[in-house]
Amino acid sequence: MPQRIDALELLFVTGKGGTGKTTVAAATARYLAAKGLKVLLCEVDAKGELALAFDVTDPGFEPKEVAPGISLMSMDTESSLREYLRLYLKVPFVGSLGPLAKAFDFVATAAPGVKEILTVGKLCYEVRLHRYDVVVVDAPATGHIIGQLAAPQAINELVKVGLIRSQTEWMLDILSDPLRTGVMVVTTPEEMPVTETIELTASITAATTVALSAVVVNRVLPGRFSVREEEVFERLGAPSSVASLSARLGADLTEVFEGASLAVGLRKSRSQHLSRLREHIDSAVPLVLLPNLFEDHPPSATTQLLATSLELELEQ
Amino acid sequence: MSTSFGELVEGTSVLITCGPGGVGKTTTAAAIAAEVARRSDRRVLVLTIDPARRLADALGLDGIGNDERRVAPEVLAAGGPAPLGRLEVAMLDTKQSWDALVRRHAQDAATAQKILENPLYQNITGRFIQSHDYIAMERLYELHRSGRYDLIVVDTPPTRNALDFLDAPERLADFFSSRLLRWLIAPYRSKVFNLASKPFTQVADKILGAQFLADIAEFFIALQSMYGGFVERAQAVSALVRSDEVTFCVVSSLETTPAREAEFFAAELTKRHLNLGAVVFNKVLPDVLTHPDAELAARMLTSKGEELASNLDEDEKLAARVLHEVGTSFVDFAQVARTERRIRQGFHLVCDLVCSVPYFDGDVADLEGLARLSKALFDHET
Repeated sequence: MPQRIDALELLFVTGKGGTGKTTVAAATARYLAAKGLKVLLCEVDAKGELALAFDVTDPGFEPKEVAPGISLMSMDTESSLREYLRLYLKVPFVGSLGPLAKAFDFVATAAPGVKEILTVGKLCYEVRLHRYDVVVVDAPATGHIIGQLAAPQAINELVKVGLIRSQTEWMLDILSDPLRTGVMVVTTPEEMPVTETIELTASITAATTVALSAVVVNRVLPGRFSVREEEVFERLGAPSSVASLSARLGADLTEVFEGASLAVGLRKSRSQHLSRLREHIDSAVPLVLLPNLFEDHPPSATTQLLATSLELELEQ
Repeated sequence: MSTSFGELVEGTSVLITCGPGGVGKTTTAAAIAAEVARRSDRRVLVLTIDPARRLADALGLDGIGNDERRVAPEVLAAGGPAPLGRLEVAMLDTKQSWDALVRRHAQDAATAQKILENPLYQNITGRFIQSHDYIAMERLYELHRSGRYDLIVVDTPPTRNALDFLDAPERLADFFSSRLLRWLIAPYRSKVFNLASKPFTQVADKILGAQFLADIAEFFIALQSMYGGFVERAQAVSALVRSDEVTFCVVSSLETTPAREAEFFAAELTKRHLNLGAVVFNKVLPDVLTHPDAELAARMLTSKGEELASNLDEDEKLAARVLHEVGTSFVDFAQVARTERRIRQGFHLVCDLVCSVPYFDGDVADLEGLARLSKALFDHET
């Protein structure tokens, strides 16, 4: 069994674009904070979506408390480099980085993995500092996450000596420890997201040293009709039946059945994709189902609702 | 100003689809290209980045190789009349494209080989997706210049940094002419240390280690020999993207987060004076869900399901549950449809042409599916 989510020290939340990865990351932070844990929530690909979930704007590199028990920070590789240089090289940089910023731009462009290592490095550094009980990362989407998680290994292969080399060793220790670090993959019960999730979970295992903690299925519709119910639905939805039902109700149900058939079809196809996902994911890994929210809530309310669902699913 | 999607593509020779991830961008690009090749006598190419496997199979892309391939006319017809034009598809293989670029610009075969074998080069092209950005535009330029196509539809990488790919050619040119590159290379070129570069080299050395730095330098010394060709090319690519031959099409769904991103994309395009031709929304819920009378009837059904279920020629309990669920489902999705409609209306301020493609049950993964999608798109009038 993978380590429980609430016992991890570093949790990466990833998934295909459009599945609600950021929302789930925010909900997870809320869930953990509600359990009394001190959470550092970190946005890696800053788009401000995570901040919206806490009704704040423009989070910086310095963590700021945005809700009880939750501090939010936005990853900025230049600030991360600055912090690193100050801590390890004792280079006292005051104020503007000047030419160093340009040098950084260059190094980051030229040397693959430098940006990734500064991101992962900062996250591992926070784990080591232990100012928080857990670091939750709104990590890059499917295409980029492997590069990021595998960065310390890649650097180890490329760089034979130097400070970075020695630094990657302790990062790997944290990342490779399944008791401390895990990845949560977010998906929706639709064809492409399910297919990508199956592929992603396989490559997390194959290409990185990080353990898979959970697969979260977002936007799950209420239960599908049984075969018998579906037959009843077909018969009741026939034009003559709709006409007589409408007459008895005193309201035209033609459009209602038309609209509902979309919902019935969606429930059916989504539950099929969900079964396919279940078949392909290691049964030891928890499959967490979050409901589809039909109402258009503000982001902070949405994440609170989903945090409650997460708790129900994980504590059952 | 175009009043329909058909009219829009008629007047353009390059159509670039961009937008948030997970909204059917690739599928939309393929559907547009196929539709144009069916209904006009144009030679059309669709350049995709990373198509879903089933779509790739349907288009006859086997996932290997970088070459353009023609879609057989009978496949393209998708059960309809014989196509008037022709459709080719190509997939962007980042590594192969970079290799080709290096071979083209290197001064000789030995230099090309040296670059291709450098571990850094392999890492840059193989492992990191950012190199998609430049190479997609470079490939577009090459194909456009070949004159073999009347319309090229380009699917853009699912980059989170919005329109990075647009700046990529210029960034590359800037980089090649930067002082930093000279600083870095200097100590390896001559034994005499350039005084200006010394502090930089020392810091870089401390962080990265001397050997790694030497690898980088060797790589860029070789690469710099291609400087002239590269920069000239990057500028030409950049000019094409900015020309009025190119039209952009933002693709999104109407969910709040992707729609917010789409709005950002549209604003960025406008800010850069690029030609935003249309906004296309995929997976739009049917209008019937927003009819107030229907919603009222659905609410009545939800509360009176049990009553109605009696006297039916059905199992009463089962019928009651089905009727109740029919009502509830309608009301649930009506809420979503109302939100969608509100979001869609807002986009008329952003772009003159806003098109909607209805929700199809199941993913679009064959030519018939693409035809259904494009029919909805092309037959739409604003």
